[in-house]
Amino acid sequence: MSDIKKIKDDYIDKLNTENNVDKVNNIKSELFGKNGIISNEFKKLGSISVEERKKLASDLNNIKDELQNKISIKIQEIETKEINLKLEKEKIDVTLPERDIQIGKIHPVSQVIDEISSIFSEIGFSVEEGPDVENEYNNFTALNTPDNHPARDMHDTFYLDNNKELLLRTHTSPVQVRTMLKGKPPFKIIAPGRTYRSDSDQTHAPMFHQVEGLHIDKNINMGHLKGCLNYFIKEFFEVDKIKMRFRPSHFPFTEPSAEVDIGYEIKNGKIVIGEGDKWLEILGCGMVHPNVLKNVKVNPSKYQGYAFGIGIDRLGMLKYGINDLRAFFETDYRWLSHFGFDPLDVPSNYRGLSR
Amino acid sequence: MKFTIDWLKNHLDTKFNNNQIIDKLTNIGLEVESFESSTSDSDTFIVAKIINAKTHPNADRLKLCDVDIGGDKTVEVVCGAPNAKNGLLTVYAPPGSIIPKNQMKLSVSKIRGITSYGMLCSESELLLSNESDGIIELKNNKYANKIGEKYFKNTSEKVIDLSITPNRPDCLGVRGIARDLSAAGAGKLKINKKSNLKYRGNQNINVTIKKEKAQGCTIFGSCLIKGVTNKESPKWLKDKILSLGQKPISAIVDITNYVMFDLNRPLHAYDADKIDNEIIVRSSSKGESFEALDNKKYILENDMCVISDRSGVLGLGGIIGGTRSGTEYSTKNILLESAYFLPRSIRKTSKQLNIDTDAKFRFERGIDPLSIEEGLIKASELIKQICGGEISNLDVKKIENYKKTIINFDPFLFEKTTGFNVENKELIKILEKLGFNVSKNKKILKLAIPSWRPDITQPIDIVEEIVRIKGYEHINTSEPVKTRLKPTLNYYQKLFHFLQRSVASKGYLETVTWSFTDSKINQLFQENDGEIPIVNPISSDLNVLRNSIFPNLLFYLKKNLDRGFKDISLFEIGPAFKGKNPGDQLTVIGAVRAGKVSRLSWNDKERIVDTFDVKKDVIQSLCEAGINKDDIIIDDTTPSYYHPGKSGGVYQNKNEKNAIAYFGEIHPNIIKKLDINTEALVIFEICLDYIKESTQKIKDSKSEYKFSDFQKSERDFAFIINKNFKSQELVNIIKSVENKLIKSVRVFDVFEGENIPEGKKSIAVNVTIQSEEKTLNENDLDNINKLIISSVESKSGAKIRS
Repeated sequence: MSDIKKIKDDYIDKLNTENNVDKVNNIKSELFGKNGIISNEFKKLGSISVEERKKLASDLNNIKDELQNKISIKIQEIETKEINLKLEKEKIDVTLPERDIQIGKIHPVSQVIDEISSIFSEIGFSVEEGPDVENEYNNFTALNTPDNHPARDMHDTFYLDNNKELLLRTHTSPVQVRTMLKGKPPFKIIAPGRTYRSDSDQTHAPMFHQVEGLHIDKNINMGHLKGCLNYFIKEFFEVDKIKMRFRPSHFPFTEPSAEVDIGYEIKNGKIVIGEGDKWLEILGCGMVHPNVLKNVKVNPSKYQGYAFGIGIDRLGMLKYGINDLRAFFETDYRWLSHFGFDPLDVPSNYRGLSR
Repeated sequence: MKFTIDWLKNHLDTKFNNNQIIDKLTNIGLEVESFESSTSDSDTFIVAKIINAKTHPNADRLKLCDVDIGGDKTVEVVCGAPNAKNGLLTVYAPPGSIIPKNQMKLSVSKIRGITSYGMLCSESELLLSNESDGIIELKNNKYANKIGEKYFKNTSEKVIDLSITPNRPDCLGVRGIARDLSAAGAGKLKINKKSNLKYRGNQNINVTIKKEKAQGCTIFGSCLIKGVTNKESPKWLKDKILSLGQKPISAIVDITNYVMFDLNRPLHAYDADKIDNEIIVRSSSKGESFEALDNKKYILENDMCVISDRSGVLGLGGIIGGTRSGTEYSTKNILLESAYFLPRSIRKTSKQLNIDTDAKFRFERGIDPLSIEEGLIKASELIKQICGGEISNLDVKKIENYKKTIINFDPFLFEKTTGFNVENKELIKILEKLGFNVSKNKKILKLAIPSWRPDITQPIDIVEEIVRIKGYEHINTSEPVKTRLKPTLNYYQKLFHFLQRSVASKGYLETVTWSFTDSKINQLFQENDGEIPIVNPISSDLNVLRNSIFPNLLFYLKKNLDRGFKDISLFEIGPAFKGKNPGDQLTVIGAVRAGKVSRLSWNDKERIVDTFDVKKDVIQSLCEAGINKDDIIIDDTTPSYYHPGKSGGVYQNKNEKNAIAYFGEIHPNIIKKLDINTEALVIFEICLDYIKESTQKIKDSKSEYKFSDFQKSERDFAFIINKNFKSQELVNIIKSVENKLIKSVRVFDVFEGENIPEGKKSIAVNVTIQSEEKTLNENDLDNINKLIISSVESKSGAKIRS
């Protein structure tokens, strides 16, 4: 017994100081190999008395377990150490820059158009479009603005021919005409798009964007117009309350006509929409003129409704604090990066209009 | 339309204060643009102090003065006055000021090599006295603490400026505005005093309105005033004219102007002694000419309405008078005209001759045809009062009688349109105060329209009158009804939306540029489309509609490169025009990418952007928008602005004729012509209109989900093949060998040069083979390999590389 205990103690000591996996494995075969020390001790069991054998077998088994356990712990220990050492050597500086990120952006005008479409979609409007080049009839005459009418002077028009038959549309209202001519009432549409006037200074650009709205049905009245625009403005500016004023005005294609102002104030040099005692004109609207309805073959004694036109660029400027209209169209990389929107920022009802 | 509150009160008895009047005007549709003291040229002159006056280095007689003009600002002014000295308080005129004496506008200028900002003024320059020897010396005790303030006190009354919509000619006169205010409850319209003017004798200059087809005048009223003394207007009249922002001229001219703004009744005064015998109102003949009161000579076309005498044209009726018969201080006898001209005729003539006057502005919108006498009487009274003279009987010639417009109005239309109800009694009251004559026929109101309201022609106009006077705040707010008639977006609108955001997500900045461009750049991208010139462009470099998005995109790319940006990705989605008729346009995405990938990267090798970068961007965007990648065919014919060897066209499938997209390098000639300096420039474009909508919605088009768990095998092949043979075809040949088994074919190496014969290239492909029914054994695989090799060799002329 003392022999094997000594063997055990010797090898435990050896294992305690050993740091090499191969050497530990050598010890393992020294002890448990075919002719290993412990293996040999087991072989001896056959030649001793039954009583002694029982005792020795038990001791041997305990020593075997202890040594084997020690060996496997040791191997694991050494391996862990080696891996840790290896990982330590592999350490990199993770603060070094990542591979290039190219961040694309959506232009504010596009974003605002999507916001507008999303809001009106919620109340059942669909989106219509019309061509940028229009004929004189759709842009003016059908809209109750005959050639000799001074209201034509309100629009500085770009013409494509000397007879003034073809022009760049001065507003999105011709889409009303096209929509009603090709369909049957009821109509409930918005029409965002490019519009053009030969006017260029700090606050005017020769091209800008408008959204037209048209809702024609059997009993649509000015109350619906007010409700619709009130809803839109509140949603668009993402405020709970909005100060809004309807003011009589004149457009040849609506009667009665109104201009809509919203309240604002200047706080710390920034414009705050919704409150305050100053008024800002943001859109024109009214009940579609019976003459227009007649021109597009809709019976004004059966159908009536409202139309409105809103400057998109202006809305975007107000909402996102952009001061200069001209900058919208100047393609300055810095401006586009600054005011542009992430492509995944898709305005929607459930994700919210804007982040 | 400008006027003062005082002037308004000549016509309106009101207890409203100024702010209430302003609010009321806006609320009834007469938009107040501003309410402030009229600015005058004299506002710019400022009390200033010379801090330091030293001799001009280049001129002994000039001085260089440091001038304190208030705040913390000082300016340097060159001054020739001998009395300019340190500490002197004087009057300073900044650049932009108009010097009263000579009406010159000051600008920043160099005087003997030194820049002078503005000037110091003498009394004579400000028309205060004839003193011109030196600059004004202000008293210390009075002005020492006023440095920086205006020198001239603005004592004028505050002026209301209204923006009158084109339908309201009646409100181009103060009385009309007062009438609207009274209808809206802001006071009572004063009744015009009855005139007790005494007339003596007849108007003995014969007036004839010729009955012609194009006759633009239907009524011509006049009277003679004999023995007047024309002079400067009295102060009250001058002040009125000044408040309009106009210059007083003489009593007679000022009176006619005053009546025009007061009653919206344009008048014209002729020097009666300069009229040759008689007045003939007629249409002009081409080539006739006259010199107008704006000192310009006008050569007339046919059919313009002229007032003439036996010697020729005196003036253009309702637009502008002529110098030949103009009144002067020496004028003794005048003929006063009050006429009615047709709006259509006035508009046509003034457009043709490009004349804009206050009278034209009014006649064009429609003047009250029943105000002829009222205008003559009011002006005659004032002339008699100020200039003396005797007034003849009024002479009114007409070729047409005024007919009153009658409208039958059902009050229900009001509620139907506005959504709220106004009691009949109130409704009638509003209309009567506006000048309507109301009689009732059961439920229907019979309305006689006031002669000053040419805009009111049908019942809806009556609705507008009532609702605007009642106030828009009475309109209820009805919550929006959410019923939807059809889907918000159609296929192409969705495609627009997807592609726009898809391209942006590849790192491109979206821009919006003009739909017009410079014809010189456009030419490079015009292809077979005709040029579409704008007749009246905003400038010569924006003179055509763009045939492509690239002219603008490249123009702005260059600007950004010039700003120092090197790696730029830009795109625009919008119209490209193919012809000048409505609808001759396509919706297109144009995108440009310039510079390098991995510039100054610590771990990747930097390289210039190339065709395959944009090919990836365009194909990935198309796939994200729903195009099936497996169906896409690439071709190498592209528009001429692409590099002919490094560009391709994308087809939605093998049956489509129109490319839905192009990509590649831009033609080097164009880069050279546009002088674009960049390391590399690649572009792509997508034409949305050529993309065909899938016939099925996604919910119907998903095929059955099938997959195979049997072992797949990969085999590599390298072929030597003609250099021009397209890899796309090679891949298709291999795929078609065993459509069911060959799951994918990837080109992983292309190689030319060493060990490859001239005119040939080596293409290496990796083929994945998998059955859906069993695990393929070596024998099966060998057979497929052999088939692939033999098919490729026979169909493409390639040789397998051993």
